This record gives sequence, structure tokens and C-alpha cells, in this order.
Amino acid sequence: MDDNQEQQDFDSAEDGSQLSADEERLLDELGLFGVTRREFLGQSTAAVLGTFAFQLLAREEALAALPTAPGAAMAPTPRLENAVRVLLKINGAPQRLEVDSRMALLDLLRERVGLTGTKKGCDQGQCGACTVMVDGRRVLSCLTLAASCEGKDVTTIEGLAKGDQLHPMQAAFIKHDGFQCGYCTPGQICSAVALLQEARNGEASHVTADVRARNRNINLTEEEIKERMSGNICRCGAYPGIVAAIKEVQSGTRTAQTWEFASDERIALAMNPDGKVEVRANEIV
Amino acid sequence: MKSFKYSVAKEATGAVRAVSANPAAKFLAGGTNLVDLMKEYVERPSEVVDVSRLNLAQIRETSNGISIGALAKNSDTANHPLVRQNYPLLSMAILAGASAQLRNMATNGGNLMQRTRCQYFYDTAMPCNKREPGSGCGALEGLNRIHAILGYSENCVATYPGDMANALYALDAIIRVRGTNGQDRTIAVQDFHRLPGDMPQKDNNLAHGELIVAIEIPRNNFAAKSYYLKVRDRASYAFALVSVAAALETRGDAIERARVVLGSVAHKPWRSTEAERVLVGKPATVATFEAAAEAALKDAKPLEHNGYKVELGKRSIVLALQRAMSGEVA
Amino acid sequence: MARYIGKEMSRVDGFAKVTGRAKYAAEFKVPNLAYGFIVTSTIGKGTIRSIDTAEASRAPGVIQVLTHENYPKPAPPAAPELKPEENRNVRDRSFRALQSEQIFFNMQPIALVLAESFEQARYAARLVKATYNEEKPMTDLESSLDKARLANPSRPPRPRGNPTEALAAAPVKVEAEYTIPIEHHNPMEPHGAIAFWEGDKLTVFDKTQGVRVVQQHLATSFHIPQANIQVISPFVGGAFGSALRPNYYPALTAMAARVIKRPVKVVYTRQQMFTGHGYRPHTWQKISLGAQADGKLTALIHDSRNNSSNFEDYVENTTGMPRSLYACPNALTSQQFVHTDLSTPAAMRAPGAVSGMFALECAMDELAYALKIDPLELRLVNFSDVDPDSGKPYSSKALRECYRLGAEKFGWKNRTPEPRSMRDGRLLVGWGMATGIWGAFQRPASARVALRVDGTAHVSSATADIGPGTYTVMTLIAAEYLGLPAERVKFELGDTRFPPAPVQGGSFTTASVGSAIYEAAQNIRGRLVELANKEAASPFKTAKIEDTELLDGRLTLRGSSQSVDIFALMRRNNLSELVDVHEAKPSPEREKYATGAHGAQFVEVKVDPATGVVQVTRAIEVTACGKIMNPKTSHSQEIGGVVWGIGMALQEATEVDHRYGRIMNPNLQHYHVPVSADIHEIETMFVEEDDKVVNPLGVKGMGELGMVGIPAAIANAVFHATGKRIRDLPITPDKLL
Repeated sequence: MDDNQEQQDFDSAEDGSQLSADEERLLDELGLFGVTRREFLGQSTAAVLGTFAFQLLAREEALAALPTAPGAAMAPTPRLENAVRVLLKINGAPQRLEVDSRMALLDLLRERVGLTGTKKGCDQGQCGACTVMVDGRRVLSCLTLAASCEGKDVTTIEGLAKGDQLHPMQAAFIKHDGFQCGYCTPGQICSAVALLQEARNGEASHVTADVRARNRNINLTEEEIKERMSGNICRCGAYPGIVAAIKEVQSGTRTAQTWEFASDERIALAMNPDGKVEVRANEIV
Repeated sequence: MKSFKYSVAKEATGAVRAVSANPAAKFLAGGTNLVDLMKEYVERPSEVVDVSRLNLAQIRETSNGISIGALAKNSDTANHPLVRQNYPLLSMAILAGASAQLRNMATNGGNLMQRTRCQYFYDTAMPCNKREPGSGCGALEGLNRIHAILGYSENCVATYPGDMANALYALDAIIRVRGTNGQDRTIAVQDFHRLPGDMPQKDNNLAHGELIVAIEIPRNNFAAKSYYLKVRDRASYAFALVSVAAALETRGDAIERARVVLGSVAHKPWRSTEAERVLVGKPATVATFEAAAEAALKDAKPLEHNGYKVELGKRSIVLALQRAMSGEVA
Repeated sequence: MARYIGKEMSRVDGFAKVTGRAKYAAEFKVPNLAYGFIVTSTIGKGTIRSIDTAEASRAPGVIQVLTHENYPKPAPPAAPELKPEENRNVRDRSFRALQSEQIFFNMQPIALVLAESFEQARYAARLVKATYNEEKPMTDLESSLDKARLANPSRPPRPRGNPTEALAAAPVKVEAEYTIPIEHHNPMEPHGAIAFWEGDKLTVFDKTQGVRVVQQHLATSFHIPQANIQVISPFVGGAFGSALRPNYYPALTAMAARVIKRPVKVVYTRQQMFTGHGYRPHTWQKISLGAQADGKLTALIHDSRNNSSNFEDYVENTTGMPRSLYACPNALTSQQFVHTDLSTPAAMRAPGAVSGMFALECAMDELAYALKIDPLELRLVNFSDVDPDSGKPYSSKALRECYRLGAEKFGWKNRTPEPRSMRDGRLLVGWGMATGIWGAFQRPASARVALRVDGTAHVSSATADIGPGTYTVMTLIAAEYLGLPAERVKFELGDTRFPPAPVQGGSFTTASVGSAIYEAAQNIRGRLVELANKEAASPFKTAKIEDTELLDGRLTLRGSSQSVDIFALMRRNNLSELVDVHEAKPSPEREKYATGAHGAQFVEVKVDPATGVVQVTRAIEVTACGKIMNPKTSHSQEIGGVVWGIGMALQEATEVDHRYGRIMNPNLQHYHVPVSADIHEIETMFVEEDDKVVNPLGVKGMGELGMVGIPAAIANAVFHATGKRIRDLPITPDKLL
């Protein structure tokens, strides 16, 4: 690949987070977008849109002023062996950095440019927490050498929302409670967003019934979503919510609610299946 | 991870020259295995030559089949129209492996070079003749549930863990290699990987510095009747306990050509010509498949914890052949 | 009418989590940070003969290497002795790093390399060379069951009735052994800390289930007053029990920061997670059941043995809950441990209960087959309305309802009991069920509630949110009882500066901290009534406090239209805020009752008869755990419990090579946890209980309950599908061939 070609690719690299017009319309109808989206956020998260972030930012600002202690030890030879200069784009912003050849893209994001949204779960390519998009495709940043990212376009979780306007996938994860502790979440969401493009491309998976039959813009079944998201481990086990969120954003299919309260009538009937219904004395408030 | 000199290769022959010149140099393509092993201090190159930008990613039709660039990504290969249409077994095998993220990174050449997932190989505190010749084999009398039942030696009971190569063995692939003299040479895929013998440190027959440039698959008539079966401890994102690449060509009621390759049972994908001989000329029935499965595993010598692989291997062969026939089996 | 309680609320920290802005312990940006990388031992038992750090120290970027040889020994106690109430929770005999040359377990920390960058520290860690006087480690529980002992030999197991005779006389008997391997929590976030000193004041960002535990641990480690230590932990990327006890790295990190006079960050690698915190111990259990022909249990003998380390006596409470589940007049349960050369086990989601109930509920299934009685019917026949040991009634126990409703929802009546009798094409179908049981605990906990004149509230407590949704439920409770929109309530946790709260564990956080917030809100309402009554026009002068409520910013008299604007009232009294710091304690009323949370689990498996691959295609969780505060996050807890149960039943096992005493699968490629493709339909039904005995909110824990019955239900379903009774977890395909 010559330099010009490379530069061109750099400029035109597809941003995997873009939605097609059809998808926009769909999401609008589903209430994950536009005015309805703002309402949805109003119901659930408006109060805290900024508070956590603000709180944490304030804490870091205070830390930034931490003075160096007298007598602080420094390495006698802090030199960087085998430094490599890279120019890459992170969430649209060019970054020119000199990195240790051993540095993983994951550590560049977390330790050098302060983008801690990308998570280190195993550092061995075995969990998916560090998933980011490079040139629009989902990859593992823990196994990507930073040095190899010259000219690449990296999108992290921090690059998905436009200001306080969440990407529909982010909103859907909140709506469907597709996380608990939140640590695998950025990787799940980056993976899910890239998955949208893979479905548009008609890419096959391990559970595709016939890989010889090719279609573009496939509507993914739950089975397909589960297989395609299996590279992102969630130890809290929020998988059903994740699948529901992706299904809704990908194909507009709502998932039926899978929890219920046992009503008094139902309890009475179950306890007395022969039909003699007695309503329990202790009323439930 | 040991510090290393990093450079980006501009063209293949230069890359070969650079790595050949330094016994401690390594090629880097997708990095999905090498970077992990470097973090574990199993691989300790002093120099890494990044070949990922070489112009070796094309997938194209040739006069007698298909040529797949060594640096094409696994995901692009599995999804290429030519591969999906004419070599669905290869698509299926690739898609059975790893995760979407890893397949987006991993290259075909790199996948062939994937090293074993033996726990003793990965742990530098443990003996391993593959990692440190002469230190012993930790798995031979240790935890060997995932280890070899065929073709191993006292020196090493590790398995080749990949999926893609199993399909390549079934499809009679030819590996095109840029030699250290700058000339290309080809290796039939079944001669690519090695059995451990007394040199388990050597996974394959590449000389140091040789670079895989392409994988060529001759035209065949297996597309309609092939299947990749993978049995594992969980439904996805796990290495196989046993896998089977099965391909059949039938004429009338009889099997005309057959391929049976077992994965994760040996130091290399285990093509069973014994099973294939049983199949050829016979009707595609469960009884035939069972006879083939017996033939494939007749020399298996399980270790303490992997005796199940013999039975599982047999049943998997039968199931894969049945699926290859899409259920048209008596 | 509740405005928030019992209704779905999305997580208030959702925005922070989906945008990547939530900051976990190792993510705080601290200037002049040095990176620590832990070096671990390569032997399982013995002593370090020599440790050579010269080459590591010379490596580029290395600041210092700490080993047992140069690890500063803290001065003798300079701090005043802890007050008794502070001492209450100090049971801190936990393992500390680099204290001596002794090696207690393989992969024990033996050095810490400090460098300018992570890459430099990681590399130099490989250059530290240790030699050892090696001894043969003993790490295999099952080969040493005869060495098992009681934690307290002066208190031998206490029988109920005469179990031995009853068993001998029982017309139907079942006796079986069950084993569960070591399992690791494997939260997605590796444990890590950042520590720095400002003079004699220490600040630590840590991943923990309880900032106070870490604070106490550091105070005893450095002999400094707790007041000098601040521990901060706003977000925890999963823990499941792995961050309950103080682990060794926070003190190590703080010591390194003190030695080099710089902030230091230390994060475990995934491998180090396997010896850097505890684990679910390897457990061997033997259960003997005796029953009459009608199914009534006459005898239960439950013998449980688990491995511990060689420096602590860790005994799992495996038999406690199984002993009290059924109305069986004769029971003997004993729990013993075996010293092994491994690190110390720890609580792991539903500790003890899930292991013990796996054995008991599988044995009950075996008994049902022996008796030819439906497994569900067998449970109902042996239902107990009182605690069989104390005879106390349950404060609430809607377990019968759970059984019946679950059976109905699942379609249990369509089950044909014979093994291998149900099919879906070529797949074998199995239906199994089991009971879940967990405590309804409450621990003393404090919270600060500040109602502000601007119409907002600030609430805080030194609790944690490891994922269940504590941020959300506490916001919900405060909003409900302060009568404010949830958007105007800000709840903070994870900081030792906040009022003390217990660790997040045992499923008691909402009962404990939630009650503190509830009672503090009541106190504030009382103060508002007092303020109102100072004014002539007050409508509350004759009202009882219970007749008032806070609603939409007003203090109102129930059942009347009379109300007072809270904030106008505060302004008239020149109050910028009303603050209440309150500690809630368990009510003495609890003593009169037995308490617990219950549930019934029904699962369907499909087994490939050729390959032995098991899929759990359907799971129904019916749960009776008091009042449901937020069904959205509660349902997620139940789902998580099922996923954990699937992992335990089918996949999870930490493998030790007993020749070396070394864990050989300390990673996520060989230690399998469920992935998305393993998880199918999971449905939850909540059977609410009205129980104000357990705590004023009427809540019981659910985070662990949802897992307890699942492994047994799956094993029972696998038996139904295949006719193979697997008593040795996990049920991997090879065991079903």
C-alpha cells in the first residue's frame, strides 16, 4: 500500500457508529431517538446526566494539583527503549505520540491519553472488555500494539455519544438494563455498534444456517446476536438485556418483558388449582 | 514483555530478509497470538517486523481454484463470496473459532502459525519441551484433558488448537511461502505442521524467516456436502475439545471422494486417510460413517484425563458426516 | 401509593457506565504515578533461599524492587488502640505480601517491581530471580479427606433428634457423595489500587466491597489511625465476594508509595487474580437421606469438607441452610476443613448455600426417583412452616407459592418422569427443579440524608455498588420517603468519609443501608412536623407522625388536603438544609422469628446425545424475598444468578496440578465462564411478601438467592434428560458420553 492510498484510507475510514437512514427512522419510532429519546432520558437518567462525570472530574482536578513529595524516587534510567512515533486518530482527533514499542493500544488509551472508558479485563484477548473500533471494525485493543496503529482511526466508547446525546445503542443498553457493574459495558457497546455494520454487510456467523446463501442487511435473530456477541464476556450475566438492546436497535424487534409480579389471583389459583379460590389474608402493598 | 525493535515491512522480500538476518526476530501480522505470548514471556523476540501492511490480502480466483492472501483477515476470508460459495467448509471452520473481534484481527497466515494452548506451554514456571527444550513435558502426566490422543511423543502431548487449518487440510490447500532466498516455494498443507517427535519446539516446517504469502485451494466438488463440527466446553469463544472437518462428494448412492480431518486431537490437524478409504465407494449411511469413525480413531492412545476424546472423536465424525449430507442419510 | 417503590427505574449510574465515564479504582488520573508489577512464586511450598533483584533494578525505567528482604517493617503500634465498636469488624488475619521468606502457596507474591511505565515494570518483573528450598505441597482435598477437622473441636456438631437411628430405620434411603471444584469469581475488572501519601495521610483508590474494611486493614498494617486513611471506591467492576476481605495488594501498594514517595498503581493480572483473592473452596459432601414411603423425611446426615489454606481455618457454611429447609425431625450436619498449600478461600456468590444446596437438592431428586414421587411433590410433602431447629415461625415464607407458581409457569405437569423420555428432535430434553434459600439479613448501617432548601437531597453512605444497583435503589428509597423527584436526589457511596456501612455482601445492603436512609427520612419528616407545629396555622398539631407523609415537596396529612410546602417552611426557619445522620439496626423483633428468603427454580436442558453438550434452554426463577424495590434491577439480579448457576453447573473449575500445587488455568481461555451463546430464556416471577419484621422496608436479599438452586436444578434436569447422575461438577460434555 503506497502512502497516498494509506492517507486516503485514513480520511475515508468508515465510522462504524454511523446509522443508515432506515435505522434512524426505526429508532425514532422505537423511542430511542430524537424528541422521544430525550423524553426517555428524562424519565430515567436526566438527573444524573452529568453528576457522576462532574463529580469524578472534580476529584481528578484536585488530584492534578497533588505536589511531588520531596525525595520522590525516580528511575535512574527512565529512557524509552525502542520508541516508536505514531500518528493516529482517536475519536476523530489526531494524536501524535511517541510510544514504547511494547505498549498495547489499550494501555495507550488508558494510561497515555486518559480514555479509561476502554477496559482492561484480561489483557490476553480472552474477554472482550477492551473492544474498540479500528477503521470501523471491532478489534481487541489489548492485543493491538500501539506502534502498529499509524494512520488508523480508533473509535472508543467515549466517541459514540454526541455530547449528551447518547448513541442509540447506549440508550438501549440503559433501557434494557444490559449491564450491572458496567465494566464490560464499553466493550459490549463498541462490539454491538460494529455488529450493526457487519449485519448490513451480510456477514455470516457460526450459527448461520447456510453460509453459501448470501444476503445483505440481515435481521439478526437472538441466536445470531448471542453468537456474534460471545466475544464479550459479562460476568454479571446481563446477556439477556444486552441481546434485547441490540435486537431493538438492529431490527426494531421489541423483546417481551421477562419478569412479572405474581398477582393475588394467580397465587390463589396456583395454591388451589382445583378452582376454589381464596385470596390470601396478608395484602400486598 | 521484552523490549523489541519495531519496524513496518514495505514489501515481502525485505521482510523475509530482515527476519532471516536475526534469529530472535519475528513477523507480526494480526498479533492475536504473538502479542499474548510476548506478554506471557513465552515469546521474547528482540525485533518485530510488522507485515500487516504488505500487499498480501487479496482473495482471488485462479485457473484451478482460489488464492487467499496470507494477510487477509480471517473475517474477510470467511465472508468472501468466493469462499462462501465454493469453499463453505473454510468459512464454517473460521467462524467456529475465536470471536468476531479476534477474527477481525487474525490473518490467515498467522492462524496457521498459531501455537498450542497447552497450559504448561503458557506458564514459564512449568516444564515444557516446546517452550524450553529439555525441560520435560508437564502435561504428559499432568492435567491433560485437552491434550493429544494421536501422534504425540513422550516429549510433547500438545495439540494444534486452531479451526481454520482443519478445513484447509480437508481442502488439500497449498501453502505458498516466500523463502529466505527471495524465491517462493509451496508446501502441501499436510506437510506444513509437524508431529512433535523429538523436536516439539518446531511447530511446522518453515525455516526461520520464511513468510507465508498465500494459501491456494484447488477447485473441488465438496461445496454442497461439507460440514465443520466443533465440540467445546461452552457454546462459543472456546477452543475445541474435538472438531471435525468433513467433506464428501457423491455420485449416485456412493461416496466418490471423502475428507475427514480431526482437530484438537494431535499436534497437527489429523487427516484420517484410513477413514476416507472406508468411505470411498460406499453408500452414505450411518453404518458407513461409523466404520469410518472406528478407522480414524483405531490408533488413538489416550492419556490419563482425555480418554473421552476417543469416543467423542468417533461420534463427532459420524455427526459431521451426517450434517455434511444435510441429513440425507439412512 | 408508592411513587417509586416497586416500579421500574433505570440505573441512575447508567449514563456514566454506557459512556465510559464511570471511573473504576485504577482509572483515576494521579500525577507522577509509578507503576507496580507483582512477581509471584514458582513453587507451592518452602522458603525463598535467595532473591536476586540486581538485573531487574538495572532495567530501564525501574525505580525500585521491593522484596521481603527490604520491605519496611512498620513500627510497633503508635496509634491508640481501637475502640471496641471499631474493633467489632476487625478480624483481619489476612495474608500480607512480602512479610517473610515463607512460601505458603504457588503464585504467592514475592516481589513488587516499581517503574516509570507499565511496560517497564512488567518486563523487569521477569528479571527478578528467586531460588527456593522447595518442599512438596499438598493441595488435593479429596486425597486428604481423613485429615479434615472441625474449626472449633470444642463444639462438635449438634444433632437434631436421633439421625443415626432414624436413618437405619428408614424404609427408603439415599446416600451419595458430591464434589465441587475450586471456582474463581473472575469479575471483569481486575483488582487494583492507586495509593499516595500526603505527609502521614494516606489516600487509596481501591476496588472493594467495603471501603471501611480496607481502611481498617491499612490502619492495622501501618499502625496509623483510621482517620488518616481515606479509601475511595465509587465504581466496582464486579466482585462477587472477591473484594470482601482485605486482599494483599492495597497495603503493598500503599507501602510502595511510602517507600518511593510517589503515587503508585498496582493492578493484578488475570493470572494473579487466581491467588490474589479467595475462591470458592473445593468441597466434598456426603448426604444420607432417610424417608418414609410417603416421602416424609426421617433422617438427614450431611457431612461437608472443604479445603483451606495452611495459615487460616476457612470453613464454608455449606450445611447451615440445607439443615433448616425441610421438616425433618432427625438431622446431623457437620462442616470440616482440610489444610492445603493453597491461598485461603473466600466467600463467592451464595457462599456455602449454593454448594450445600447442590448436594441436598440433588439428593432430594435422587430420593424422589427412589420413592417414585414427583420431585416437586417431595418438596411440598416436607415443607416446614417453622425453623426445624428452633421451632420459631418464619416471619414470612412464601416458598409454597413459589413452588406452585413456578410449576404452573414452567408447565411442570407435562413432565414425564422417566429419564430419556422427552425429546426435541435428536436432542434429549430434561426438566429439573430445586429450591433456593438464603438469609434475610440486616446489619447495622449508617447514612447521611440532607434535605436542601433548593428542593434537592444529598444522601451518602460508605457502602458499595458492585453491580446490583445500589446507587439506583438508594436514590429510589430516598426519593420515595423524602417525597422528591428521583432526579433531585443525589446518592453517593464508596468513600470512607461517608457514614459507616458494612461491606456489600450477604445480600443485605438494601435491608441495611436502605433502612438507614428510610429511618433518616422519617427523622427529617419528624423535624419538619416540629417546625410546622411552631407555626399557628399548622394542620399537624394533633396529628400522629405516622399520619404525615412527604409528597411532591410538601408535608401532608394523610387522607386530607392539608399540606405545607417543605421548602417554604425551611426558608421561614432560615434553614438551608435539614441533615440527619442515622444508624439503622436490626429490630429485636427479629429474635422471635426465623427469617429467610426463598425461591423455586425450574430449568429445561437439551442434551446432544452424541456429544454430551448441554444447553440450558429455559430457566424460571420464582422468588419470595419480601418487597421488590426496583423490579428492573431485581430481575437483572435473578438473571445473573441463573447465569452463575449455569457456569457452576456446566463450566467452571479451577484446575490445580497437585504435583506443583499450581493453578494451571488462571485465565479466561481455560477457566470457562458463560458467554452470551450459553444463555437462553430466563424468566422471573416475584412473589412479594409483606414482612416488616425483617426490616422496616420489608426487603430481603436476592443477589445470591437467585443462584442457590440452579446448579442442582440443572444436574437434576441432566439426569432426567440422560439418565446419568453427575455428582461431580462441572457437568462437561466428556462426563455425558
